[in-house]
Parts: sequence; C-alpha cells; structure tokens
Amino acid sequence: MAEHKSQYTGLLGWVDARMPTAMSEFKKHMSEYYAPKNFNFWYIFGGLAIVVLVIQIVSGIFLTMHYKPDAGLAFASVEYIMRDVPGGWFIRYMHSTGASFFFIVVYLHMFRALLYGSYRRPRELLWIFGCLLFLMLMAEAFFGYLLPWGQMSYWGAQVIVNLFGAIPFIGPELALFIRGDYVVGDATLNRFFAFHVIAIPLVLLGLVVAHIIALHDVGSNNPDGVEIKAHTDAQGRPLDGVPFHPYYTVHDLYWLSIFLLAFFAVLFFWPEMGGYFLEWNNFIPADPLVTPSHIAPVWYFTPYYSILRAVTEQFMLVLAVAAIGMSALLVLTTSNSIIRGAIAAFSVLLVVLMLVPGVKLDPKFWGVVMMGASVMIFFAMPWLDHSPARSMRYRPKWHFWMLIAWVVAFLILGYLGTQPPSPSKIIVAQVLTLVYFAFFALMPWWSRMGEFKPVPDRITFVPH
Amino acid sequence: MSTTTVTEGDGPLDRSVDKERRATIAVAAAVGGAGLIAAAVPFVTSFSPSERARAAGAPVEVDIAGIAPGEMRTTEWRGRPVWILNRTPQMLESIRRADKEVADPKSVRTAYPTPAYARNEYRSIKPELLVAVGICTHLGCSPTGPYASGTNAMLGSNAGFLCPCHGSVFDLAGRVFQNMPAPDNLEIPPHKYLSDTLVLVGDDSKA
Repeated sequence: MAEHKSQYTGLLGWVDARMPTAMSEFKKHMSEYYAPKNFNFWYIFGGLAIVVLVIQIVSGIFLTMHYKPDAGLAFASVEYIMRDVPGGWFIRYMHSTGASFFFIVVYLHMFRALLYGSYRRPRELLWIFGCLLFLMLMAEAFFGYLLPWGQMSYWGAQVIVNLFGAIPFIGPELALFIRGDYVVGDATLNRFFAFHVIAIPLVLLGLVVAHIIALHDVGSNNPDGVEIKAHTDAQGRPLDGVPFHPYYTVHDLYWLSIFLLAFFAVLFFWPEMGGYFLEWNNFIPADPLVTPSHIAPVWYFTPYYSILRAVTEQFMLVLAVAAIGMSALLVLTTSNSIIRGAIAAFSVLLVVLMLVPGVKLDPKFWGVVMMGASVMIFFAMPWLDHSPARSMRYRPKWHFWMLIAWVVAFLILGYLGTQPPSPSKIIVAQVLTLVYFAFFALMPWWSRMGEFKPVPDRITFVPH
Repeated sequence: MSTTTVTEGDGPLDRSVDKERRATIAVAAAVGGAGLIAAAVPFVTSFSPSERARAAGAPVEVDIAGIAPGEMRTTEWRGRPVWILNRTPQMLESIRRADKEVADPKSVRTAYPTPAYARNEYRSIKPELLVAVGICTHLGCSPTGPYASGTNAMLGSNAGFLCPCHGSVFDLAGRVFQNMPAPDNLEIPPHKYLSDTLVLVGDDSKA
C-alpha cells in the first residue's frame, strides 16, 4: 500500500504519515469547525460542562482509592477521606461541589437552548442526545448520593426506590430488584457504587461523543437562530462562521477562568453552601430505624420532587379536568377522525383510572407519573414549538415572558421542594405544577400566536 | 512493479452470492443471538436478593415488660423498625374518635394485608399493645411520634404519627387519615405473644 504523504514535517509529519485521522479529526472538530461569529455569554456552558465532567471523573477516581462501598464502613471511610487522607478533603469537596456545579451549568445550557430554539430542525437528534445526557446525569447524581451512607443518602434512596414500587402490578417486585434486598442495605450500596463509578460514566461519555458529533454535523445554532451554512464562500466555509479553534477555545478559556474562580470560592469557603450542596443530615450515619424529621433531595432534584408531592387525592380532580380539556383541544384541532377517536378513548381511559372508585390508581402512582413526565417532556420540545422564528429575538416579546414565567415556576417549585410540606405550600406547588405543564402542553398553539419580527438573512454581528 | 488490469466481475466482492454461505451466516447469527440472551439471564437475575438476604429475617423476640403505658419501644425486624406502643385508655379513646376520619377504618385494603387477629378497631391482639412496622406505606420513610392530640399541626386535634417526608398522618392504631399521600394503613407484622412479657415478631404460627 502506498504511504500517506504528509504535508507536515518533523514529529507531526511522522505521526501524520502513520495516523492521518488525528489531524483530520482535529481539523474537522476544532480548527476547521466553523461556529457562528455571534455567540454570546450563553454559549459557554457546553464547554464548561465538559470541564466539570473531567473534574468529576478525575476527583472520582481518586475518591475510589480510599472509599469503601460497604454499609458497615462507607460512612467512616468518607470521614477518613475528610480527616486523615492528605488532601482528601480537597478531592472530596471538589467532587461534591462539582456535582452541584454540573447541574448549574447544565440547567443554564438548557435555558440557552430554550431561548434560541436550538432544539429546532435539524437539531432534534442533537437535542435528544442532550436530554438523554440530562437523564443520565440525574441517575449518576442519584446513585452517587447513596455512597456517603448518611441519613439523607439512606432515606433519599429509600424514597426514590419506592417510587418504582408505585407502578401497578410489577412495582413491589421491581423495587426489590433494584434494592437487591428487602430494605436499602449493603447490596444496594454495592450496586449503586458500580453504577456510579463505571456503568453510568461510560454511558455519559458515549452520549457526550454522540452529542458533539451530531452538533458538528448540523452546525451550531446561534442567538439569531439563522443557518450560517446558507451563505458560504468559494471554499464552502460559512461567511458568518469563525474556526472554533482558536477563536472559541480562547473565548471559552476566558470564561473558564471566571468559572473556576466561582468554583474554588465555593470549594474553599462554602463547600456545604448552607446545607444545599451538602445537606446537614448527611453528616449523621444512616439509621434504618429513624427518618430525620425533615428530608429533602439535593437542590437540583427539588422541582420534580415538588411536583411529586403536589399530586394528592384532591388534586386528582384538577388533573382529570386538565386531561379532559387537553383532549378536547386536541380533538377540536385534529382532522383525522381515527386519531380523534384514539385521543378521546385514551382520555376517557385516563380519567377512569384517575377517578372511578374501584379501578382508579392511587395518587401516589399519578405523582410518580407527573414527576416522570416533568422530565421526559423536554424530549418533545422540537415537536411542540411551532414558532416561525427559532430565536426569542424575533418572536413576540410575550413569548419571552412565557419562558421566564416557566423558569420562575421551576425555581419556586425547587424552593418548595427543599421545605417541609404544609397545606398552603402544597396548594402553591399544585398551581405551579399546572403552570409548568401548561407551558409545554399548550405550546403547539401559543408558539404560533402573536406578531413575529422579520428574521434576518445573515447573523447580526458587530466586528470587535 | 507490473500493473494488472482488474476487470469487472473479477474482484473478491463481485462474485455472485453463495446461498449456502448466506444461510450459514444466518444460522450462526441466530445461534449466537440465543447464546447472548442465555448469557444475559444470570446477569439480570444477579439483581434479585441473594440467598443470604432471603435467609435473613428470622423472627425477633422482644421483652415488653418495661414499656410503661403511653411509651413506645422500637425494635428491628428484617432491617425495618417495628414499634411496640403501650396505649393508655385515653389513647384508645382517640382511636375510636378517629374512626370517621381515617381512610380504611376496618383495614380491608389488601396491599399490606392485616393479619386476621389484628383486623379489629385497635389493630392489635391485646387492645393496649400495638405492634406495627414503622414504615410509611407511601414511600417508605419512618413516621415520627406518637404525638398527643393538639401537639402537632398536621394532626390537629387527633393523636397519632406523622411521616416527615410527605406529611401523611396516622392514628394510634396506624390507620392512615383520609386525603393523605399514603394509601394504606401501617403494616402489622405477623406476631404472637410467647408470654405476658414476651412478644415474637415475624412469626405467628400456632403450634
């Protein structure tokens, strides 16, 4: 076979002659990947998420060198890392702070996508990989939270595993299968450790690769929501693009330095973050006989937890009315009579299972369904949004305020999830649960309404 | 180096399909697939409780001699808390008062079947002594209490237990109040009295 003739000399030339893929991939994904010129602040979080992933993997590897996944030893081994292992406190705080920052970065990354319509055609698959990454990140955080074997670890796992027990018929067996014992115990801790340190991280890494490949195939969206590939020069390079490297690597490094300032400020001065990043009750060893007087998940799970708690017996009637209203809307706007019939039949079945005594399923089950739906609904975004313009910049101003209203509902639900339940707080959570779902469920209609501004042909960019 | 001209139909990929080899490939793939599925079985079953976990959970004997009226003792059975509450006449009165406010006063629901000998108003063999699994039937937290009437906001004027996780409240017979996240009354474990001061939790066989 003829030898590959390298255009490079020296060591690079030697490598390039033997592995040309290295340079061609570097070009494809870095020095000749054209990203829109008009990226703003909101575009730093994808890169930051990768940095946090690396922080978590590196600090995690070092933690496994001292941690013991054994119900009798786990709690003490974490304290051992904190007190006796040289530098152990730093590595452990880096991992616990990294967990919270991972979610902060990912939530802001997702907000960017909602703001500029980054999930719209042809980026649906890119978005789906992102949603899967989010799901896997939640699984990773949940499995990891059991490992310190504190009171919150134990009772948090108990509650979440029992959520699966609420599924009709197979639930109790499924919960037993997940725990590997009749109670959360050593078997549970061991398998959660295996999931946390190898199974889920492998899936996460695979999904990150798929996410980036899909991104680089379709190209990045931008704050104007216009396709830069529509206008190219003679070589086929987008006129509104710049090479990712060095332009955006330098841009991202600048913001990374600011991010790291915040990260290490928290790590050194507020590693517990007032009980939000590391919960007070988790400094008490797990006790299967006593639940702490107030248990709540870590902050990044609390909005969904609030939705779970909001579904009570009385709220079922409201949910049934909402289901009827939604199906009426769908039936009235669908022309295909078979689909109309199917929607009507499904909604009747749903309402029967919600309300009719004797056959209805417990509110506990519907709470789990609503909580699951609150996360899964993100997958549907590309098909819910029918707005003629991708970016909020060219959509009616009130669309932006709809998004902000949803974000506020999400944040208040998150706050309520950290608080002990009370009748008035449950009512607020119920109202906000309706706001949360109405934003998505009614989007096919509201996203078309209002006065849209003309979308420019090229990006808006002032050279600087 | 001499060059040979490759004519069409002469390359290794251009020969016509050998049907016999294709069939062999299909059979090999089917057998391999079946092997993969068979190999997955032990991996999947390894998730279920081990023989050791199944064998654990022997009954436990509890000495109830020292439990004063109104006092509760917690013991562990199968890794879960079991409460033994010595109820005063006022506590029993509070249970009768709660009859109309609890969701399943006669313990007829079957998710956590109440043993026949405890399917009565006080859900116990001896009226004053409640033996119950202290795990909420909602998502498995352990309720706190017992609270006397008027000492807890969620219970109001009732006496009973409160689950700290999602706010379910139970009366002093472990019956859940209406409109609570928990669907069922607290579980009554199989148990029997070996003597006046000794109760065996986890075994109710006669003999």
